[in-house]
Amino acid sequence: MAESIPATPELAHDEHGHHEQSFASKYLFSTDHKMIAKQYLFTGIAMALIGGFFAYAFRMQLAFPGMDIPFFGVVSPGEYNSLITNHGTIMIFWVAMPIILAAFGNLVIPLMIGCDDMVFPKINRLSYQIFLLSALVLISSFFVEGGGFGGSWVAYPPLSSEPQYNLTPLGSSLWIGAVGLEFVAFLLGGINFITTTMNSRAPGMKMNDIPIVVWMIVIASVLFMASVGPLLAGAIMLLFDQNLGTAFYDPTRGGDPVLWQHLFWFFGHPEVYVVFLPPLGMVADIITTFARKKLFAYRTVLYTVFGTGVLSFTVWAHHQFISGIDPRMANIFTVTTLLISIPIAELMFVYIATLYGGRISLTTPMLWALSFIAEFLIGGVTGIFLGASGADVYFHDTYFVLAHFHYTFFPIAIIGFYMGVTYWFPKMFGKMMSDFWGKVHFWGTIIPFNMIFIPLFVLGTAGQHRRIYDYSHFPELMTPGMQDMRVFATMSLLVMLAFQLVFLINFVNGMIRGPKAEKNPWKANSLEWTTESPPPHGNWPPSEMPTVYRGPYEYSVPGREKDYWPQNEPT
Amino acid sequence: MIESLVPAGSSYAGEIDLLVNMILWIVGFWFVLCEVVFFWLIFRFRKKEGVPGQYISGEEKSQKRWITIPHVLVLVCDIFILVGAIWVWYDIKQDLPPAQAEVRIISQQWAWTFVHEGADGEMGTADDITTINELTVQVDTLYHYKLESLDVIHDFSVPVWRLKQDAIPGRLITGWFEPTLTGSFDIQCAELCGVGHALMGGTVHVKNAADYASWVAENSTMSLASAATPHAGGE
Amino acid sequence: MSDRPIATTRSAAGMPTGKLAVWWVVVSEIVIFGGLLASYIMHRLAHSDWGEQAAHTNTWIGAFNTLVLLSSSLSAVLAHKAASEGNGPKAAKLLWLTILGAVTFVTVKGFEWAHEIELGYTITSSTFWSFYYTAAGLHAAHVIAGAIIMGIVAVAAAKNRELHRVELIGIYWHFVDLVWIFLFPLLYIAK
Ligand code: HEA
Ligand code: HEA
Ligand code: CUA
Ligand SMILES: [Cu+2]
Repeated sequence: MAESIPATPELAHDEHGHHEQSFASKYLFSTDHKMIAKQYLFTGIAMALIGGFFAYAFRMQLAFPGMDIPFFGVVSPGEYNSLITNHGTIMIFWVAMPIILAAFGNLVIPLMIGCDDMVFPKINRLSYQIFLLSALVLISSFFVEGGGFGGSWVAYPPLSSEPQYNLTPLGSSLWIGAVGLEFVAFLLGGINFITTTMNSRAPGMKMNDIPIVVWMIVIASVLFMASVGPLLAGAIMLLFDQNLGTAFYDPTRGGDPVLWQHLFWFFGHPEVYVVFLPPLGMVADIITTFARKKLFAYRTVLYTVFGTGVLSFTVWAHHQFISGIDPRMANIFTVTTLLISIPIAELMFVYIATLYGGRISLTTPMLWALSFIAEFLIGGVTGIFLGASGADVYFHDTYFVLAHFHYTFFPIAIIGFYMGVTYWFPKMFGKMMSDFWGKVHFWGTIIPFNMIFIPLFVLGTAGQHRRIYDYSHFPELMTPGMQDMRVFATMSLLVMLAFQLVFLINFVNGMIRGPKAEKNPWKANSLEWTTESPPPHGNWPPSEMPTVYRGPYEYSVPGREKDYWPQNEPT
Repeated sequence: MIESLVPAGSSYAGEIDLLVNMILWIVGFWFVLCEVVFFWLIFRFRKKEGVPGQYISGEEKSQKRWITIPHVLVLVCDIFILVGAIWVWYDIKQDLPPAQAEVRIISQQWAWTFVHEGADGEMGTADDITTINELTVQVDTLYHYKLESLDVIHDFSVPVWRLKQDAIPGRLITGWFEPTLTGSFDIQCAELCGVGHALMGGTVHVKNAADYASWVAENSTMSLASAATPHAGGE
Repeated sequence: MSDRPIATTRSAAGMPTGKLAVWWVVVSEIVIFGGLLASYIMHRLAHSDWGEQAAHTNTWIGAFNTLVLLSSSLSAVLAHKAASEGNGPKAAKLLWLTILGAVTFVTVKGFEWAHEIELGYTITSSTFWSFYYTAAGLHAAHVIAGAIIMGIVAVAAAKNRELHRVELIGIYWHFVDLVWIFLFPLLYIAK
C-alpha cells in the first residue's frame, strides 16, 4: 500500500514542520528544548526507579537481616555498601539534578521568558548526550568485577582511592568517572540556562518580570558552576590515585585524605541548594496560581536567594566538625551555618504570607507544592541541631542526619518531581491527568513518607549509625523496640512504593487517553500558558512571539473582571 | 531528648543533652508556629464562592512587618543557639583538661586495639595492657585518648559518653573523656570503612576503682609478652 | 533546522550571547584550576621539603614557554583587531600564528617532560611531581583544545565567515594564558 502513495511532502500532521523528521532526528538528535526536557525527564524517571529499587533492597535487609529478598536475593555486606552508595549518588546526581534542574529548566526557561529555544540548542543536545553516557557508565559499574563502588556517596579516601581497602578496583573508577561526566553535562547545560535567560527574554520583560522559578534555576546553575570546579579537580586527582598510583590523598606518601573532604563539601553544600532552589521556585509559581494571589514581596525573595547563594559557600565544614579539623575552625562554621537559617526562614515566611488573603483551591499540583513547605520545614529545623557544633558531636553520622536530609531531599526530588509534572503535564503532553487519582497518589505517598522517616529520627537519636548492613554487632542498637521501628519504616516504604503504581497508571493513561488540554487550564499568568498545549516547534508562530507588559503574579487585581492578567496582555 | 533513649555516661554528656533540648524548644516553637499558621491560612482562605482573592504586594512596610519581625526574632534565637553550641563545643573538643590517665586507640580494618597504662600508671612501658575491641576504664577518671588509624578513616564513637571522633590515617588525634557511669557500653565505628564496617563494634567496661585495680593486676603480667608495638598487628 | 532560533538574535543583557557564554565558561574553568592550585598551595605550605623537589624543574624552559604563550596572546589580540575591521583573511593568518605558538608550547613541554621522566621524575615520584604533571597536564589539554577550536575558527574566518568568533576564542586564549601565568611561578620559580 505504501508504494502507491507518491512521495509528497507531509502536510497534514503539523503545519510548522516543513520537512518530515525521522524518528532518530525527532527523538534522539532533536535540539528542541521541549524534547530535551522530556529526554531528561524520562532518563531521570528510569534512574529514580533504580535508586528506589536500591532503597527497597537495603531497607528490606535492615528490617529482616539476612533474608532472601524478593527480586534481589541475599544482600552481602559489600553489596549493601554498594547499594546505599549508588542509591545516594543516583538520587542526587541522576534524579534530582536531571529532573528538577535539567528537565524543568529546559522545559520552562524558553517558554516562560517567551523565546523559541535555548540560545545554544546543539550544546543543549550535547549536554543531554553526555548525561546519558554518564548514566550508562554508572550502570555499567554495577556489573564489573568486584561490583559497584561501596565507599558511600561522599567517597572519602583512602577508602575510595585504594582498591585493597574498598575491594572494588573497577567499580570505584567507573563511579568517579561517571560523576565527573555528569558534572560536565550540567556545566554545559547551565551555560545555556544562564545565557538564555540573560539575553533572550521577550521584549518588555524586565528583571522583575521573570517568574521566580526561572530565577531559581538560573541561580542554581550559577551556584553549581561556581562550586563544582574544585571537586572536578579533586575527581581527577582521585582517578589518578586509583589508577596511576599518585598519592594526593595517601597520608603515608605525603598526601592528605582531608583535602578530599574539603573539595567535596565545598561543592557538596552549595549542591544541596542547587537542587533545593528550583523546586522552591516551582512552589512560588504554583501557590500563586492556585491561591490566586500575588507573590508576597517578590524582590525580598530574590535578595534572600542571593544571600543564601553567597552564604552557601561558607558553611561546608559543618560536615567535618569531628573529622579532625582544627577545633577552632568549627566555631566559624557554626556561625555561618546558623546564619544561613535566616534567609531560608525568610523564604518560608514569604511563602506562608503569600497564602494570606488567597482563594485557595487544592488541586493536585497545589497539594504537592504545599506539602513541600510543610515537609521541608522539618528538614530545615533539624539541620539546626546538626549545625550547632556541640550537638553534632552526638548526631554526626547517625540516622538523625539521615532523616534530616531525607526530609529535604524527598521534598526536593520526589515532591518536586510530582509537583512539576502534575502542573506542567498539560503543557508537556497536551492532555490532562486525572485530578482524583492524582490526589489518591498524593496521600498514598506523603503519609507513608512521614512514616518511613519519623522512626528514623528516633533511631538516630538513640544512636543508630549510618551505613551498617546489620546491627547485630552493636547490642545497644539491637533492642527489640529498635528493630520494630526498622520494620515499620520498611513496611511504610513498601506501601509508598505500591502507591507509585497509581501515579504510573495515571501518568501513562493521561498521556494516551487524557482529555485534551486547553491553552491555559490553570488560568495562570506566565507566558508558557499563552501558547498551544503542547507548544508547536518554535513555541509560538513567529508572528505571535509574546511581548511582556507586567510581572507574572498579577492575580486578583482589583477592578478587573478576570482574576488573572497574563503577562503578554496589552494594558 | 537524647537522655530518654541513651543514658548519659560521661561528664559532658549532660551538656550536650541540655544543648539539644534547648535547640529542640527553640526550633520546635518556630516549627509549630509556622505549621499552625500555614495550615490555618490554607483553611481560612480556602476557595469560597463569591469571595475573591485579595491583592497584596507585600512590598509596603506595614505588610512586610509580618515577615521582618519574625525574621529578627529568628536571628535572636540563632544567637542563643550559637552561644550554647560553641560553649559545649569548646568544653568537649577545644579545651583539654589535665589528664589523670591515658589510653591509646588504634583503629584498623576492622578492629580496635586499645593500649592501657599498666600498674605503673604510665604509657609506653612494658606493663602496658593491650586489648582488642575491649576497652576498660575507671569511673570518674579524666582520660586523654590518643586516636590513630592504620589504614582508612574510622570513627571512635561511644554513644553513652556522647563521644565521637574521626580517626585519620597519618594523624594522631588527642581528646578527652571522663566516664561517670559504671557498666558495659557499645563502642561503634561511625565512619564507613569498607565491607567490615558493621563488624567494627567494641565494648567499653567502666569499672569502679577497686574493680579496675584488680583488672589491671590480672592483666598486667599476662599481656607482658604481647605488649609489643600494636603496629605489628597492622599490615 | 536551517534558520536560527529567534532566541539567538536577542540581546537583553546588552552583550552578544556568544561572548556571555565564553565568560561563563571561563568562570567555571577558573574554579577548576582554582581548586587544583589551592590544593597545591595548601600542601606546599605544609611540606617545606617540596622546594627541593621543585628545584629539579627547569625554570628556563618554563620561562621560554611563558614567553611563547604571551606572544601568542598578542597575535590573538591582533587577530581580533583584524576581525573587527572586517579583514577575515588577515585575522585567519594571525590565528594560525597563534596556533603555531600553541604547537611550540606543547612540543617544548613534550621534550621537557620526556627529559624529566628520563631522569626518573614521574607522576608517582612524589606528591609535588603528581601536582606538577596534573596541573601542567590539565593546562596543556586546554592549550590543545583551544588550538583545535582556533583552527576551526580560522578556517571560517579566512572566508570572512563568523568573524565574531575570533574575539571569543581570543578571550578563551587569554584565560589559558593567564592560568599559565599562575602555574609558572608556582611550579617552577618557588623553590
Ligand atoms: C537539599 C538538601 C539539604 C538542605 C536544604 C539542607 C539544609 C541544611 N542543612 Fe543539611 N544535609 C544535607 C542536605 C541538606 N541540608 C545532606 C545530604 C546531608 C548529609 C550528607 C552526608 O553526610 O551524606 C546534610 C548534613 C548536614 C550537616 C552535617 C551533619 C553531619 O554529618 O554531622 C549539617 C550540619 O550543620 C547540616 C545542616 C543544615 C542546615 C543548617 C541547613 C539549613 O539550610 C536549613 C535552614 C532551614 C530552616 C532553619 C528552616 C526554616 C526556618 C525556620 C522555621 C525558623 C526557625 C529557625 C531557627 C530559630 C533557627 N546538614
Ligand atoms: C534525592 C535524594 C534521595 C532520595 C529521594 C532518597 C529516597 C529514599 N532514601 Fe535515601 N539516601 C540519599 C538520598 C536520597 N534518598 C543519600 C544521599 C544517602 C546517603 C548515601 C550514603 O550514605 O552514601 C541515602 C541513604 C539512605 C539510607 C541509609 C542507608 C545507610 O546508611 O545504611 C536509607 C535507609 O533507610 C535511605 C532510604 C531512602 C528511602 C526509603 C527513600 C524513598 O523515599 C525512596 C522512594 C523512591 C521512590 C518512591 C521511587 C521514586 C520513583 C519515581 C519518582 C518515579 C516514579 C515514576 C513512575 C512510577 C513512572 N536512604
Ligand atoms: Cu571502621 Cu567503620
Ligand atoms: Cu551542608
